[in-house]
Amino acid sequence: MENAGRPQEFLTARRAGLVGCRHCGVAHPAGTVRCSRCGSALASRDTRSLQHVWAWLVAGMIAFVPANIYPMLLTTTFGKTAENTIVGGAIDLLLHGEIAVAGIVFFASVVIPIGKFLAIGYLALSVRRPTAIRGHSRQRLYEVVEFIGRWSMIDVFVVAILTALVQLNFVAAINPGIAAICFALSVAFTMVSALSFDPKTLWDAYEADTA
Amino acid sequence: MTQIVMLAVTAAILMMAAIFFPFLELDAGGLNSRSSVFDAVLAFASGPLLPLSLAVAALIVVLPLVRLAAVTYALAPMVFGFAPAAHAEPAMRLAERTRPWAMAEIFIVGVAVALVKVAGLAHVTLGPAFWAFLALVLITVLNDNLMCRLTIWKTLEDRRNS
Repeated sequence: MENAGRPQEFLTARRAGLVGCRHCGVAHPAGTVRCSRCGSALASRDTRSLQHVWAWLVAGMIAFVPANIYPMLLTTTFGKTAENTIVGGAIDLLLHGEIAVAGIVFFASVVIPIGKFLAIGYLALSVRRPTAIRGHSRQRLYEVVEFIGRWSMIDVFVVAILTALVQLNFVAAINPGIAAICFALSVAFTMVSALSFDPKTLWDAYEADTA
Repeated sequence: MTQIVMLAVTAAILMMAAIFFPFLELDAGGLNSRSSVFDAVLAFASGPLLPLSLAVAALIVVLPLVRLAAVTYALAPMVFGFAPAAHAEPAMRLAERTRPWAMAEIFIVGVAVALVKVAGLAHVTLGPAFWAFLALVLITVLNDNLMCRLTIWKTLEDRRNS
């Protein structure tokens, strides 16, 4: 490591006039449209990637609003129906003394989605204009966002299980509210948004930083 | 590679058990309610939330099964020393594309949260399917970590050409 301060010049596929397959790793001559090994579509840079990211992200944010306003669970005990929103459910758990579980629910269904909106938006901005985020932290943020997105689905599954399980006629019954579908859509949209991000644009931004 | 195929087959068998055996059992004041994963899938089936029911079914049952089938289809012939099957590449690609959408492990955490929610309300017993599902999740996670994407693609190509 004689040159630890600045990364050494390395040859990228693009500079060598090649295009690498994102799925199986084969390098093809530039301009090839379909990978010969796995058959995936090839593109050195996905120029419309950012448009897709923004479109899905906005859709996810819009779906997130009704998901928090409308009730997620309709609990009927002895003929009385109580409506629970997402945050309401977490607060209920907290009042029952289940701090850890309330934490998980709150974290999975409020903190992660909002954090994801911010993180994806920030990443999408940061590849276009200079921002405070530099070097490898951008990649790390992207990896975290991609990994963590699916875990927001927990709340939807909790509702599904509770609905199936708690059907004791008059004594207690739990039914799903309209927010469940909005929330599921919101999570799905942001997942698509994160997936349509072309990671190569992040590496371009990384090179621009270090150059 | 043999390991991957075996684990995939095991997971598929466990999935069958997990779907149809009782998953959780609830007792409250002499009333009893039993549900399987199948019931959880059908939870939203009535009324306007039908699409959600389909989505849940796809995420926790259909997609994991499709992925297991695709991996087995792509790799099993090679394990037994034959050339890869005719559409091994598209199958493998399908398994990779659907990977983020197969959410069985998230479902298990959801079950844990739901258990805590109803624990105060009623007595809950875990059924055989719960353990089957748990084993299934562990095997799937193990399998996905064993699987080296680049090696598999390389092997597929080498075997195809030889």
